[in-house]
Amino acid sequence: MSKWRAPFSTAIAMATGILLLISLFVPQLNIVRASLLGWAILLSAVALLLGLVNLFQVHLHNIRNKEKGIYSFVLLAGMITTFLITIVQGREGVLADWLFNSVQVPLESSLVALLAISLTLMAARLIQERKDMASQIFAATLVLILLGSAPIFGLDLPLFSSVITPFISRVLSLGGLRALLIGVGLGTLATGIRILIGSDRPFSG
Amino acid sequence: MTSLEIGFIALGFALILVFSLLGSGRRNGTFREIKAFSRLRKNIELSVEDGTRLHVSLGRGGLLGPQSAAAFAGLNLLREVSQVASDSDQPPLATTGEAVLALLAQDTLRANYKTLNIGEEFSNRYAQVVGLSAMAYSAGLMSPILDNEVSASALVGNFGEEVGLITTAGQRSRSFTLGGSDGLSSQAILFASANEALIGEELYASAAYLGGSTAQEASLRGQDILRILIALSIIGLALSNLIDVVL
Repeated sequence: MSKWRAPFSTAIAMATGILLLISLFVPQLNIVRASLLGWAILLSAVALLLGLVNLFQVHLHNIRNKEKGIYSFVLLAGMITTFLITIVQGREGVLADWLFNSVQVPLESSLVALLAISLTLMAARLIQERKDMASQIFAATLVLILLGSAPIFGLDLPLFSSVITPFISRVLSLGGLRALLIGVGLGTLATGIRILIGSDRPFSG
Repeated sequence: MTSLEIGFIALGFALILVFSLLGSGRRNGTFREIKAFSRLRKNIELSVEDGTRLHVSLGRGGLLGPQSAAAFAGLNLLREVSQVASDSDQPPLATTGEAVLALLAQDTLRANYKTLNIGEEFSNRYAQVVGLSAMAYSAGLMSPILDNEVSASALVGNFGEEVGLITTAGQRSRSFTLGGSDGLSSQAILFASANEALIGEELYASAAYLGGSTAQEASLRGQDILRILIALSIIGLALSNLIDVVL
Protein backbone atom coordinates (compact mmCIF):
# COMPACT_ATOMS: atom_id res chain seq x y z
CA MET A 1 0.00 0.00 0.00
CA SER A 2 2.79 2.41 0.94
CA LYS A 3 4.31 2.15 -2.55
CA TRP A 4 1.14 3.76 -3.95
CA ARG A 5 1.25 6.71 -1.57
CA ALA A 6 3.81 8.75 -3.55
CA PRO A 7 2.09 8.45 -6.95
CA PHE A 8 -1.31 9.03 -5.30
CA SER A 9 -0.14 12.21 -3.51
CA THR A 10 1.57 13.46 -6.66
CA ALA A 11 -1.57 12.82 -8.74
CA ILE A 12 -3.71 14.76 -6.25
CA ALA A 13 -1.24 17.68 -6.22
CA MET A 14 -1.01 17.77 -10.02
CA ALA A 15 -4.76 17.42 -10.59
CA THR A 16 -5.60 20.11 -8.02
CA GLY A 17 -2.98 22.49 -9.39
CA ILE A 18 -4.05 22.04 -13.00
CA LEU A 19 -7.73 22.39 -12.05
CA LEU A 20 -7.02 25.64 -10.19
CA LEU A 21 -5.01 26.93 -13.13
CA ILE A 22 -7.81 26.09 -15.58
CA SER A 23 -10.37 27.72 -13.28
CA LEU A 24 -8.56 31.04 -13.82
CA PHE A 25 -9.66 30.90 -17.47
CA VAL A 26 -13.01 29.11 -17.10
CA PRO A 27 -15.40 31.10 -14.86
CA GLN A 28 -17.72 28.06 -14.51
CA LEU A 29 -15.04 26.38 -12.40
CA ASN A 30 -14.96 29.21 -9.83
CA ILE A 31 -17.14 27.18 -7.43
CA VAL A 32 -14.72 24.26 -7.58
CA ARG A 33 -11.81 26.63 -6.98
CA ALA A 34 -13.54 28.23 -3.99
CA SER A 35 -14.26 24.79 -2.50
CA LEU A 36 -10.68 23.61 -2.94
CA LEU A 37 -9.30 26.80 -1.40
CA GLY A 38 -11.77 26.42 1.47
CA TRP A 39 -10.46 22.92 2.16
CA ALA A 40 -6.89 24.21 2.01
CA ILE A 41 -7.68 26.95 4.53
CA LEU A 42 -9.35 24.40 6.81
CA LEU A 43 -6.32 22.11 6.61
CA SER A 44 -4.05 25.09 7.35
CA ALA A 45 -6.03 25.75 10.52
CA VAL A 46 -5.59 22.11 11.60
CA ALA A 47 -1.89 22.38 10.76
CA LEU A 48 -1.68 25.46 12.98
CA LEU A 49 -2.89 23.35 15.90
CA LEU A 50 -0.32 20.68 15.03
CA GLY A 51 2.33 23.41 14.89
CA LEU A 52 1.40 24.47 18.41
CA VAL A 53 1.62 20.83 19.53
CA ASN A 54 5.10 20.66 17.95
CA LEU A 55 6.16 23.85 19.78
CA PHE A 56 4.83 22.36 23.02
CA GLN A 57 6.64 19.03 22.48
CA VAL A 58 9.98 20.69 21.68
CA HIS A 59 9.93 22.82 24.81
CA LEU A 60 8.66 19.99 27.00
CA HIS A 61 11.61 17.96 25.75
CA ASN A 62 13.94 20.87 26.62
CA ILE A 63 12.57 21.00 30.18
CA ARG A 64 12.92 17.23 30.64
CA ASN A 65 16.50 17.29 29.35
CA LYS A 66 17.34 20.52 31.21
CA GLU A 67 18.34 22.24 27.97
CA LYS A 68 17.59 25.95 28.50
CA GLY A 69 14.79 24.68 30.71
CA ILE A 70 13.98 28.04 32.24
CA TYR A 71 13.17 29.65 28.87
CA SER A 72 11.14 26.66 27.80
CA PHE A 73 9.30 26.67 31.15
CA VAL A 74 8.40 30.36 30.77
CA LEU A 75 7.23 29.73 27.20
CA LEU A 76 5.09 26.75 28.15
CA ALA A 77 3.65 28.54 31.20
CA GLY A 78 2.75 31.53 29.01
CA MET A 79 1.31 29.30 26.33
CA ILE A 80 -0.88 27.28 28.70
CA THR A 81 -2.04 30.37 30.65
CA THR A 82 -2.96 32.26 27.47
CA PHE A 83 -4.67 29.21 26.01
CA LEU A 84 -6.78 28.59 29.13
CA ILE A 85 -7.72 32.26 29.56
CA THR A 86 -8.71 32.54 25.90
CA ILE A 87 -10.76 29.34 26.09
CA VAL A 88 -12.62 30.58 29.21
CA GLN A 89 -13.06 34.26 28.30
CA GLY A 90 -13.02 34.14 24.51
CA ARG A 91 -10.74 36.03 22.15
CA GLU A 92 -11.99 39.44 23.27
CA GLY A 93 -12.03 38.74 27.00
CA VAL A 94 -10.54 41.31 29.39
CA LEU A 95 -7.61 39.16 30.51
CA ALA A 96 -6.82 37.87 27.03
CA ASP A 97 -6.90 41.43 25.76
CA TRP A 98 -4.66 42.57 28.61
CA LEU A 99 -2.17 39.77 27.93
CA PHE A 100 -1.99 40.72 24.28
CA ASN A 101 -1.71 44.47 24.78
CA SER A 102 0.51 44.43 27.86
CA VAL A 103 2.83 41.52 27.13
CA GLN A 104 2.82 40.51 23.48
CA VAL A 105 2.73 44.00 21.93
CA PRO A 106 5.47 45.56 24.16
CA LEU A 107 7.70 42.50 23.70
CA GLU A 108 7.38 42.63 19.92
CA SER A 109 7.81 46.43 19.91
CA SER A 110 11.05 46.09 21.84
CA LEU A 111 12.28 43.59 19.26
CA VAL A 112 11.43 46.06 16.49
CA ALA A 113 13.47 48.71 18.35
CA LEU A 114 16.31 46.20 18.65
CA LEU A 115 16.02 45.56 14.93
CA ALA A 116 16.56 49.27 14.20
CA ILE A 117 19.80 49.19 16.22
CA SER A 118 20.85 45.92 14.58
CA LEU A 119 20.34 47.40 11.10
CA THR A 120 22.46 50.44 11.98
CA LEU A 121 25.24 48.21 13.28
CA MET A 122 24.95 46.08 10.17
CA ALA A 123 25.46 49.12 7.96
CA ALA A 124 28.52 50.13 9.99
CA ARG A 125 29.97 46.62 9.72
CA LEU A 126 29.29 46.55 6.00
CA ILE A 127 31.23 49.79 5.46
CA GLN A 128 34.03 48.65 7.76
CA GLU A 129 34.53 45.02 6.78
CA ARG A 130 33.33 44.34 3.25
CA LYS A 131 35.64 45.57 0.52
CA ASP A 132 34.03 44.10 -2.59
CA MET A 133 32.61 46.38 -5.27
CA ALA A 134 28.92 45.47 -4.70
CA SER A 135 29.17 46.19 -0.96
CA GLN A 136 30.93 49.51 -1.59
CA ILE A 137 28.18 50.56 -4.03
CA PHE A 138 25.54 49.45 -1.49
CA ALA A 139 27.21 51.48 1.27
CA ALA A 140 27.71 54.55 -0.94
CA THR A 141 24.04 54.45 -2.02
CA LEU A 142 22.98 54.17 1.61
CA VAL A 143 25.02 57.26 2.54
CA LEU A 144 23.70 59.27 -0.42
CA ILE A 145 20.09 58.35 0.36
CA LEU A 146 20.54 59.23 4.03
CA LEU A 147 22.09 62.61 3.17
CA GLY A 148 19.04 63.54 1.13
CA SER A 149 16.38 61.99 3.32
CA ALA A 150 16.34 64.51 6.17
CA PRO A 151 18.08 67.76 7.15
CA ILE A 152 21.38 67.24 8.97
CA PHE A 153 21.48 69.37 12.15
CA GLY A 154 18.70 71.48 10.65
CA LEU A 155 20.65 72.02 7.44
CA ASP A 156 18.99 70.88 4.24
CA LEU A 157 21.31 69.81 1.42
CA PRO A 158 19.32 70.70 -1.72
CA LEU A 159 21.68 68.90 -4.11
CA PHE A 160 21.00 65.67 -2.26
CA SER A 161 17.35 66.17 -1.24
CA SER A 162 16.11 67.34 -4.62
CA VAL A 163 18.48 65.82 -7.16
CA ILE A 164 20.66 62.90 -6.08
CA THR A 165 18.37 61.07 -3.64
CA PRO A 166 15.25 61.24 -5.86
CA PHE A 167 17.32 60.12 -8.87
CA ILE A 168 18.70 57.13 -6.98
CA SER A 169 15.40 56.11 -5.40
CA ARG A 170 13.12 56.77 -8.39
CA VAL A 171 15.35 55.76 -11.28
CA LEU A 172 18.25 53.53 -10.28
CA SER A 173 16.58 51.73 -7.34
CA LEU A 174 13.31 51.31 -9.18
CA GLY A 175 15.11 49.72 -12.13
CA GLY A 176 16.97 47.31 -9.86
CA LEU A 177 13.83 46.60 -7.90
CA ARG A 178 11.90 45.69 -11.05
CA ALA A 179 14.73 43.43 -12.17
CA LEU A 180 14.63 41.64 -8.82
CA LEU A 181 10.85 41.32 -9.04
CA ILE A 182 11.12 39.83 -12.53
CA GLY A 183 13.67 37.31 -11.18
CA VAL A 184 11.41 36.41 -8.26
CA GLY A 185 8.42 36.14 -10.61
CA LEU A 186 10.28 33.82 -12.97
CA GLY A 187 11.45 31.68 -10.07
CA THR A 188 7.90 31.48 -8.72
CA LEU A 189 6.57 30.52 -12.15
CA ALA A 190 9.21 27.82 -12.61
CA THR A 191 8.57 26.38 -9.13
CA GLY A 192 4.82 26.29 -9.82
CA ILE A 193 5.34 24.54 -13.15
CA ARG A 194 7.67 21.96 -11.59
CA ILE A 195 4.98 21.12 -9.03
CA LEU A 196 2.29 20.96 -11.72
CA ILE A 197 4.32 18.53 -13.82
CA GLY A 198 5.03 16.48 -10.69
CA SER A 199 8.82 16.83 -10.72
CA ASP A 200 8.93 18.79 -7.44
CA ARG A 201 7.22 16.97 -4.60
CA PRO A 202 7.36 18.81 -1.30
CA PHE A 203 5.71 15.73 0.26
CA SER A 204 7.08 12.22 0.52
CA GLY A 205 3.77 10.46 -0.10
CA MET B 1 -5.71 36.70 -17.25
CA THR B 2 -4.69 38.18 -20.56
CA SER B 3 -3.64 36.10 -23.55
CA LEU B 4 -0.08 37.41 -23.08
CA GLU B 5 0.04 36.01 -19.53
CA ILE B 6 -1.44 32.68 -20.66
CA GLY B 7 1.10 32.53 -23.48
CA PHE B 8 3.94 33.26 -21.07
CA ILE B 9 2.88 30.47 -18.69
CA ALA B 10 2.45 28.07 -21.64
CA LEU B 11 5.92 28.97 -22.92
CA GLY B 12 7.35 28.35 -19.43
CA PHE B 13 5.63 24.95 -19.35
CA ALA B 14 6.94 24.03 -22.79
CA LEU B 15 10.51 25.14 -22.07
CA ILE B 16 10.76 23.24 -18.79
CA LEU B 17 9.25 20.11 -20.34
CA VAL B 18 11.57 20.27 -23.36
CA PHE B 19 14.70 20.88 -21.29
CA SER B 20 13.66 18.13 -18.86
CA LEU B 21 13.31 15.65 -21.72
CA LEU B 22 16.56 16.78 -23.34
CA GLY B 23 18.41 16.66 -20.05
CA SER B 24 17.11 13.31 -18.74
CA GLY B 25 20.02 11.01 -18.10
CA ARG B 26 22.45 13.94 -18.12
CA ARG B 27 23.15 15.85 -14.93
CA ASN B 28 25.18 18.73 -13.62
CA GLY B 29 25.06 21.06 -16.58
CA THR B 30 27.30 24.10 -16.57
CA PHE B 31 25.83 27.07 -14.76
CA ARG B 32 27.51 30.29 -13.76
CA GLU B 33 29.17 30.01 -10.40
CA ILE B 34 27.22 31.38 -7.46
CA LYS B 35 29.64 31.87 -4.59
CA ALA B 36 26.89 31.47 -2.00
CA PHE B 37 26.24 27.86 -3.04
CA SER B 38 29.94 26.97 -3.22
CA ARG B 39 30.40 28.26 0.32
CA LEU B 40 27.25 26.51 1.53
CA ARG B 41 28.44 23.21 0.05
CA LYS B 42 31.79 23.67 1.79
CA ASN B 43 30.06 24.43 5.09
CA ILE B 44 27.85 21.35 4.76
CA GLU B 45 30.96 19.18 4.29
CA LEU B 46 32.71 20.86 7.21
CA SER B 47 29.73 20.41 9.48
CA VAL B 48 29.47 16.70 8.62
CA GLU B 49 33.19 16.26 9.30
CA ASP B 50 33.10 18.27 12.55
CA GLY B 51 29.89 16.68 13.75
CA THR B 52 28.24 20.08 14.14
CA ARG B 53 24.66 20.96 13.30
CA LEU B 54 23.35 22.60 10.14
CA HIS B 55 20.29 24.75 10.32
CA VAL B 56 17.81 25.40 7.52
CA SER B 57 15.27 28.10 8.21
CA LEU B 58 12.27 28.01 5.92
CA GLY B 59 10.81 31.37 6.84
CA ARG B 60 7.20 32.27 7.39
CA GLY B 61 5.66 31.94 3.94
CA GLY B 62 2.43 30.00 3.86
CA LEU B 63 1.42 27.63 1.09
CA LEU B 64 -1.70 29.51 0.06
CA GLY B 65 -0.06 32.67 -1.25
CA PRO B 66 2.64 33.72 -3.70
CA GLN B 67 5.26 33.21 -0.98
CA SER B 68 4.76 29.46 -1.29
CA ALA B 69 7.36 29.27 -4.08
CA ALA B 70 10.06 30.59 -1.74
CA ALA B 71 8.92 28.07 0.88
CA PHE B 72 9.19 25.25 -1.69
CA ALA B 73 12.69 26.46 -2.60
CA GLY B 74 13.58 26.17 1.09
CA LEU B 75 12.12 22.68 1.27
CA ASN B 76 14.13 21.63 -1.79
CA LEU B 77 17.28 22.95 -0.14
CA LEU B 78 16.39 21.11 3.07
CA ARG B 79 16.02 17.87 1.09
CA GLU B 80 19.47 18.30 -0.49
CA VAL B 81 21.12 19.26 2.82
CA SER B 82 19.52 16.43 4.77
CA GLN B 83 20.53 13.84 2.17
CA VAL B 84 24.14 14.69 2.93
CA ALA B 85 24.00 15.42 6.62
CA SER B 86 21.20 13.34 8.16
CA ASP B 87 23.47 10.52 9.31
CA SER B 88 26.02 12.87 10.90
CA ASP B 89 26.40 13.17 14.70
CA GLN B 90 24.19 16.25 14.75
CA PRO B 91 21.40 15.92 12.16
CA PRO B 92 20.19 19.08 10.42
CA LEU B 93 17.62 21.24 12.14
CA ALA B 94 14.76 22.82 10.19
CA THR B 95 12.84 25.73 11.64
CA THR B 96 9.84 27.61 10.41
CA GLY B 97 7.26 30.14 11.48
CA GLU B 98 4.46 28.46 9.58
CA ALA B 99 2.75 25.30 10.76
CA VAL B 100 2.06 23.72 7.34
CA LEU B 101 5.69 24.24 6.38
CA ALA B 102 6.78 22.51 9.59
CA LEU B 103 4.70 19.46 8.64
CA LEU B 104 6.25 19.40 5.16
CA ALA B 105 9.74 19.83 6.63
CA GLN B 106 9.11 16.90 8.99
CA ASP B 107 7.88 14.85 6.06
CA THR B 108 10.93 15.75 3.95
CA LEU B 109 13.35 14.85 6.73
CA ARG B 110 11.47 11.64 7.63
CA ALA B 111 11.59 10.50 4.00
CA ASN B 112 15.34 11.10 3.84
CA TYR B 113 15.92 9.25 7.10
CA LYS B 114 13.98 6.29 5.70
CA THR B 115 16.00 6.41 2.46
CA LEU B 116 19.20 6.33 4.50
CA ASN B 117 17.81 3.39 6.54
CA ILE B 118 17.95 5.39 9.77
CA GLY B 119 14.21 6.01 10.00
CA GLU B 120 14.08 5.11 13.70
CA GLU B 121 16.49 7.98 14.51
CA PHE B 122 14.11 10.62 13.18
CA SER B 123 12.39 12.90 15.64
CA ASN B 124 9.75 15.56 14.97
CA ARG B 125 11.97 17.92 16.95
CA TYR B 126 14.31 18.12 13.93
CA ALA B 127 11.69 20.27 12.20
CA GLN B 128 10.29 22.86 14.57
CA VAL B 129 7.83 25.69 14.62
CA VAL B 130 9.75 28.30 16.60
CA GLY B 131 7.23 31.13 16.63
CA LEU B 132 4.13 32.07 14.72
CA SER B 133 4.55 35.84 14.51
CA ALA B 134 7.46 37.57 12.77
CA MET B 135 9.18 38.75 15.93
CA ALA B 136 8.45 35.57 17.88
CA TYR B 137 10.02 33.64 15.02
CA SER B 138 13.20 35.71 15.02
CA ALA B 139 13.43 35.61 18.82
CA GLY B 140 12.99 31.84 18.77
CA LEU B 141 15.76 31.47 16.18
CA MET B 142 18.25 33.76 17.89
CA SER B 143 18.58 31.41 20.82
CA PRO B 144 19.99 28.28 19.06
CA ILE B 145 22.27 30.42 16.89
CA LEU B 146 23.67 32.47 19.78
CA ASP B 147 24.19 29.36 21.89
CA ASN B 148 26.44 27.94 19.15
CA GLU B 149 24.12 24.98 18.65
CA VAL B 150 24.50 25.40 14.88
CA SER B 151 27.64 25.90 12.79
CA ALA B 152 25.91 27.11 9.64
CA SER B 153 22.47 28.46 8.85
CA ALA B 154 20.70 28.64 5.52
CA LEU B 155 17.78 31.06 5.66
CA VAL B 156 15.81 30.26 2.52
CA GLY B 157 12.16 31.19 2.27
CA ASN B 158 9.90 34.15 2.88
CA PHE B 159 11.24 36.58 5.48
CA GLY B 160 10.47 40.13 6.46
CA GLU B 161 12.73 42.72 8.07
CA GLU B 162 12.95 40.51 11.17
CA VAL B 163 15.61 38.49 9.34
CA GLY B 164 18.04 41.22 10.46
CA LEU B 165 17.80 39.94 14.04
CA ILE B 166 18.57 36.38 12.92
CA THR B 167 21.59 37.36 10.85
CA THR B 168 22.87 39.58 13.66
CA ALA B 169 22.79 36.53 15.92
CA GLY B 170 24.77 34.65 13.24
CA GLN B 171 27.35 37.46 13.10
CA ARG B 172 27.75 37.46 16.88
CA SER B 173 28.20 33.70 17.11
CA ARG B 174 30.53 33.78 14.06
CA SER B 175 28.58 31.00 12.36
CA PHE B 176 28.13 30.96 8.59
CA THR B 177 24.84 32.40 7.37
CA LEU B 178 23.42 32.14 3.87
CA GLY B 179 20.23 34.04 3.24
CA GLY B 180 17.68 34.19 0.46
CA SER B 181 14.21 35.66 0.51
CA ASP B 182 11.54 36.67 -1.98
CA GLY B 183 10.94 39.96 -0.14
CA LEU B 184 12.82 42.97 -1.46
CA SER B 185 13.55 44.65 1.86
CA SER B 186 14.71 41.37 3.39
CA GLN B 187 16.99 40.78 0.38
CA ALA B 188 18.64 44.14 1.08
CA ILE B 189 19.05 43.26 4.75
CA LEU B 190 20.44 39.84 3.88
CA PHE B 191 22.88 41.36 1.41
CA ALA B 192 24.21 43.64 4.13
CA SER B 193 24.28 41.19 6.99
CA ALA B 194 24.55 37.56 5.85
CA ASN B 195 27.86 35.97 4.87
CA GLU B 196 26.31 35.15 1.52
CA ALA B 197 23.03 36.39 0.08
CA LEU B 198 20.90 34.96 -2.71
CA ILE B 199 19.62 37.80 -4.86
CA GLY B 200 16.45 37.63 -6.98
CA GLU B 201 15.95 34.32 -8.74
CA GLU B 202 19.08 32.74 -7.17
CA LEU B 203 16.81 31.75 -4.30
CA TYR B 204 14.95 29.32 -6.54
CA ALA B 205 18.14 27.78 -7.91
CA SER B 206 19.39 26.41 -4.60
CA ALA B 207 18.38 22.77 -5.12
CA ALA B 208 19.67 22.67 -8.72
CA TYR B 209 23.05 24.01 -7.59
CA LEU B 210 23.31 21.53 -4.73
CA GLY B 211 22.70 18.52 -6.98
CA GLY B 212 18.97 18.56 -7.54
CA SER B 213 16.88 16.83 -10.20
CA THR B 214 16.99 17.17 -13.98
CA ALA B 215 13.73 19.16 -13.88
CA GLN B 216 15.30 21.68 -11.51
CA GLU B 217 18.21 22.16 -13.90
CA ALA B 218 15.75 22.35 -16.80
CA SER B 219 13.73 25.03 -15.04
CA LEU B 220 16.88 27.16 -14.69
CA ARG B 221 17.47 26.90 -18.42
CA GLY B 222 13.81 27.75 -19.07
CA GLN B 223 14.06 30.76 -16.75
CA ASP B 224 17.15 31.97 -18.61
CA ILE B 225 15.31 31.96 -21.92
CA LEU B 226 12.25 33.67 -20.43
CA ARG B 227 14.51 36.29 -18.86
CA ILE B 228 16.20 37.00 -22.19
CA LEU B 229 12.77 37.33 -23.83
CA ILE B 230 11.62 39.77 -21.14
CA ALA B 231 14.82 41.80 -21.47
CA LEU B 232 14.46 41.96 -25.25
CA SER B 233 10.79 42.97 -24.90
CA ILE B 234 11.68 45.76 -22.46
CA ILE B 235 14.44 47.06 -24.75
CA GLY B 236 12.13 46.80 -27.77
CA LEU B 237 9.30 48.68 -26.03
CA ALA B 238 11.69 51.35 -24.75
CA LEU B 239 13.11 51.84 -28.24
CA SER B 240 9.66 52.02 -29.83
CA ASN B 241 8.57 54.61 -27.26
CA LEU B 242 11.75 56.58 -27.92
CA ILE B 243 11.15 56.48 -31.66
CA ASP B 244 7.54 57.65 -31.10
CA VAL B 245 8.80 60.62 -29.05
CA VAL B 246 11.55 61.53 -31.54
CA LEU B 247 9.26 61.29 -34.58
